Amino acid sequence: MNQPASAYFLEERHDPSESHTLSVLVQNEPGVLARVIGLFSGRGYNIESLTVSETESQKHLSRITIVTTGTPMVIEQIKHQLDRMIPVYRVVDMTLTGRSIERELAMVKVRGTGDHRVEALRLADAFRARVIDATTESFVFEITGNTAKINQFIDLMRPLGLVEVSRTGVAAIGRGPEGM
Amino acid sequence: MKDKSHDPNQMTGAAMIVRALIDHGVQHLFGYPGGAVLPIYDEIFQQSEVEHILVRHEQGAGHAAEGYARSTGKPGVVLVTSGPGATNMVTALTDALMDSIPLVCITGQVPTHLIGNDAFQECDTVGITRPCTKHNWLVRNVNDLAKVLHEAFYVATSGRPGPVVVDVPKDVQFAVGTYHPPRKSDVHISYAPRVKGDASQIRKAVALLASAKRPVIYSGGGVINSGPEASKLLRDLVEFTGFPITSTLMGLGAYPASGKNWLGMLGMHGTYEANMTMHDCDVMLCVGARFDDRITGRTDAFSPGSKKIHIDIDPSSINKNIRVDVPIIGDCANVLGDLLQVFKAEAKRPDIKAWWQQIAQWRARNSLSYRKNNDIILPQYAIQRLFDLTRGKDTYITTEVGQHQMWAAQFYGFEEPHRWMTSGGLGTMGYGLPAAVGVQVAHPDSLVIDIAGDASVQMTIQEMSTAVQYELPIKIFILNNQYMGMVRQWQQLLHGNRLSHSYTEALPDFVKLAEAYGCVGLQVLKPADLDGAIKEMIAIKRPVLFDCRVAALENCFPMIPSGKAHNEMLLPEEATDDATATAFAGGKALV
Repeated sequence: MNQPASAYFLEERHDPSESHTLSVLVQNEPGVLARVIGLFSGRGYNIESLTVSETESQKHLSRITIVTTGTPMVIEQIKHQLDRMIPVYRVVDMTLTGRSIERELAMVKVRGTGDHRVEALRLADAFRARVIDATTESFVFEITGNTAKINQFIDLMRPLGLVEVSRTGVAAIGRGPEGM
Repeated sequence: MKDKSHDPNQMTGAAMIVRALIDHGVQHLFGYPGGAVLPIYDEIFQQSEVEHILVRHEQGAGHAAEGYARSTGKPGVVLVTSGPGATNMVTALTDALMDSIPLVCITGQVPTHLIGNDAFQECDTVGITRPCTKHNWLVRNVNDLAKVLHEAFYVATSGRPGPVVVDVPKDVQFAVGTYHPPRKSDVHISYAPRVKGDASQIRKAVALLASAKRPVIYSGGGVINSGPEASKLLRDLVEFTGFPITSTLMGLGAYPASGKNWLGMLGMHGTYEANMTMHDCDVMLCVGARFDDRITGRTDAFSPGSKKIHIDIDPSSINKNIRVDVPIIGDCANVLGDLLQVFKAEAKRPDIKAWWQQIAQWRARNSLSYRKNNDIILPQYAIQRLFDLTRGKDTYITTEVGQHQMWAAQFYGFEEPHRWMTSGGLGTMGYGLPAAVGVQVAHPDSLVIDIAGDASVQMTIQEMSTAVQYELPIKIFILNNQYMGMVRQWQQLLHGNRLSHSYTEALPDFVKLAEAYGCVGLQVLKPADLDGAIKEMIAIKRPVLFDCRVAALENCFPMIPSGKAHNEMLLPEEATDDATATAFAGGKALV
């Protein structure tokens, strides 16, 4: 193996990358989100989507859902790195459990008149998107679903006058009676 | 309303800080005053239980506290002011994080109502130190202060130890609130490090070890951090099994260098026998080490034929760089104790005579050999003499970073844990002198030697003044080759011998410098004068700066060239210019 002159061992790893959804239960205290995000940027991990909100205000618990990509070794490392942070209670790999539901919500603004406007409304109906704002030349649709469904809806709106999109990112929860 | 004026637990935030230090058994505190910590300094002035050591630069306080912690097993405590005080601590905090050293650093902060206003000496201390601490806190309410301080000590010293920062705004230091002594509920319930190893994993490990034909034990700094019991158990395990043992830079002393199973340090500048044993072993027991890149060499060629057992208290160390077969999460002492018990009760020791014969052949290569010289002091020889002349004494060694550090690791034999303080993970030049100050504070009657390089030592040389002020008789043993030796070595090996800015044109006269600080300066030029001068240095009960002039162009071998595996080491006698040029990928010719 020839590498440029370096005091480090330069290696390229070619393991296939996987996408995983992680649910992280944390103490809701100042700086906790900065810690989590700093971990990802500092160690060079990817964040595809990140959703956070307080879920149990009495116990000061927040739930962070992170969609990340990496080789299996990196994903394992991310989970351990998250888990060892002081304010982190639990990390669950929703992808590994294989029993989770993932949803996001998007608001999609479309501008147009005539056939485009009619077509946008018809597609919205097919996707069970709701109209939450309307003018004579625009709609704002609210759609929930998994990431693929929302991507598909947005792609369909593009030629019909898509103006902008606001998405929440993925929230995930396990199936069945047990909590995380 | 209850009258609180006579409640002894009612006090100012500043008083709480000093009280908490006392409650946690802190005897020494390293620091530097400034505007945002004056209330705390006022409290320090009015008591005598905690002794404050005034350094000359905040980084020095951090490294001194690291040396103190590493040599005692107790947390090192630092007090610095806001803004530059805090930013100057960043190097020491990062160093402590990388080497798992327990530090509690208290920083002053501008008053809460000024935070975010770019006030004088304001910086975002918790933001800046978040990635270089195990955890940190900004305390906005004086009634949270006691809980946070107690939690800070617990977090720093439990699990995998590390540095923590408590940032205390000046108004919180003045405010009066309620203090409480340490109690269990002060700690996040989300933080519960695991100390006991899983019994079934330990059984699996024992089965693997008992079936080994070519085993090796590879231990690290975790054994030292775990405390003296871990080192004792490690020695028991080696004694019982008869297995060969090597160690990382951070783990030196856990197993005695004079022990018959000792292979020497492993890794980039480790011994040939240690690296070959690692490469060819069939079962590897890693105890409290983390498969760092200086250890593994090329990861895809790292010990290819072995089953690997990894004991570590930090789950994130497992499978980070190298996939292991039997991970055991837990404290080294706890797991080693269980493992040894199961081994003795349920398994037989394997016969590894053939393996030792093989190892003897590797040892015979004598990979630490160097040519003798009667005219110039060779740095390896200087360390060997220093070792011989301090043998049997109550000695602590610190180092800076570079060639001298590797030679110290190779040629100074450590018999006990906690005797060797070096910056392994971060590789901080300037660590050794302040670390020696910290070690000497903890062990006033011991011989404390900073094995230094001429370049490193100048990064924190002002701490000589601290040593003089507190009558700390540290010995600064400089291997002076006038180069940044390790930088130059890499430039020779990897960058076509273009010695870009690795030569110090203007070195100070170290002897005069020592005298200017009020230390004793010694200089030695010839091998014949070395022993006498070292003896003189040891005899002087004051700080000594020892300028040992060594061969300028000596390089540190053996060495695993970049991009190579353990079994492709470059040995000293092979390190001719041609061989070196070929061995290093890129193959740049040496002039």
